[in-house]
Amino acid sequence: MDNLYSDKIMEHFRNPKNLGEIEDADGVGTVGNPNCGDVMKMYIKIKNDKIADIKFQTLGCGAAIASSSIATELVKGKSLDEALKLSSREIAEQMGKFPPAKYHCSVLAEEGIKKAIEDYRSKKK
Amino acid sequence: MKKIYLDHAATTPVDPEVIKAMLPYFSSKFGNASSVYSFGQEARAAVDSARHKIARFLNCKSTEIVFTSGGSESDNLAIKGVIDASEIKKPHVITSAFEHHAVLDTIKELERDGRIQATYIKPNRDGVIKVADIERAIRKNTVLVSIMYVNNEIGTVQPIREIGKMIERANTRRIMNHELGIMNKTHNSELKLHNSEKNAGRIFFHTDAVQAAEYFDMNVDYLHVDLLTMTAHKIYGPKGIGLLYIRSGVPIKHQIVGGGQEYKKRAGTENVAGIVGMAKAIEIIQNPKSEYRNPKQKESNPKHEIRKLREKLINGLLKIPNSRLNGSREYRSPSNVNISFMNAEGESILLNLDMEGIAASTGSACTSGSLEPSHVLLSMGRTPEECHGSVRFTLGHETTEEEIDKVLEVLPLIIEKLRRMSPFK
Repeated sequence: MDNLYSDKIMEHFRNPKNLGEIEDADGVGTVGNPNCGDVMKMYIKIKNDKIADIKFQTLGCGAAIASSSIATELVKGKSLDEALKLSSREIAEQMGKFPPAKYHCSVLAEEGIKKAIEDYRSKKK
Repeated sequence: MKKIYLDHAATTPVDPEVIKAMLPYFSSKFGNASSVYSFGQEARAAVDSARHKIARFLNCKSTEIVFTSGGSESDNLAIKGVIDASEIKKPHVITSAFEHHAVLDTIKELERDGRIQATYIKPNRDGVIKVADIERAIRKNTVLVSIMYVNNEIGTVQPIREIGKMIERANTRRIMNHELGIMNKTHNSELKLHNSEKNAGRIFFHTDAVQAAEYFDMNVDYLHVDLLTMTAHKIYGPKGIGLLYIRSGVPIKHQIVGGGQEYKKRAGTENVAGIVGMAKAIEIIQNPKSEYRNPKQKESNPKHEIRKLREKLINGLLKIPNSRLNGSREYRSPSNVNISFMNAEGESILLNLDMEGIAASTGSACTSGSLEPSHVLLSMGRTPEECHGSVRFTLGHETTEEEIDKVLEVLPLIIEKLRRMSPFK
């Protein structure tokens, strides 16, 4: 399987960062669906318009789990506006080598974070 | 870490005896079997002797065996060959919805090109095709039925002999109707042409027996088949060599041209070493003494032993909550285990198993390349979620009870870990 994924992906797959659930989350975003095989759920805790804490739960392949883990690391501590700028391309670059067919995993991670922020902002209104 | 290989339906290690038999045909007896001098004649003799041995295994004539590059080529030759040789304008083909892609995609392509009509028979929930469903699908222009012997993903065994006999009865009826039609015409010249006169002649029956060769009866007369696909690398032989059995009198158009080899049905210099290796592999699985001998030269592993290990693995894995066996337990290859785990994704399961040194396979979309879940599991009514969480283990000669115990020790923990990571509870 070493030829399939980069060492970084395998490391995040083995020991995912920010895995779990935030019970009193300020925003939650669920993307994907069980039909296509990948479902990501992002939980965020906001302090002073910054992502103070972020956690994820993912049902999916190695690339889906690793992209969730990598994306949460990239936005943790960032302001909401900065976090919204995170693109799937940046996540994919951070992941390193993976099969091109798995690019949608990085898209899911981007969308999951955006959806959680939208959820937080819509609740605040 | 000790590696545990449980993917024998993908491919098998080459038996050391097979390698030994093949070796002389690379460098010392390297001749072209078509050459008249002694180098060539050595190669010719080896090919002839191998063909003879394999013919005995299949209970057919040597001239009915065409060597190919493997299962996919044999399936292509069987289907395209029969269609190309058919005299009717738009022939009809019946197959199952859960064939190997070498059969399914060949038929779909011919259908897309407007060259044939096709019917895809769905298996029942246990992954078995009903003979009556095929019988009902037969039309006047049906020329070919192609049904696999043992399904490669779920290991279910199809009623090939019963389908073969049913097709023979249908063929007899066609001939009788045809003769009746001619008689009617002679009695009354104004009588309209009987429909059966426009029928397609015989229906030919092809089976892809790639996964069956080791454990099931391969006698082509017993099976009542006209065409049969086999490959060497699933039975401890080399990759790149297979065959198509073509019953005498079955019209077939060659797909590869450029030489008179294989009775003009498949051009190309004979893969002498491969052919010799395939014959040796067949000899080993046939011989009761050497049968199921362990390639690692450990203790023997007879068929019933493999079945026992399979049962142990199935029983153990079904103890994991929300798990389900895919495919009939009764009509099943002794080597196949295929189980779905809800809320755990197949590729993630495989990656975790790989970290423990265990090699298996999955029907999840994530490993298919096309991102489509297993067409086999979908055809028998499984949900996409069940496909994504499916894992296939296929046991072989060298599989030991300790290896099965290791899977039963680590897989429940892997499933538990992945379910904890999932947003679903």
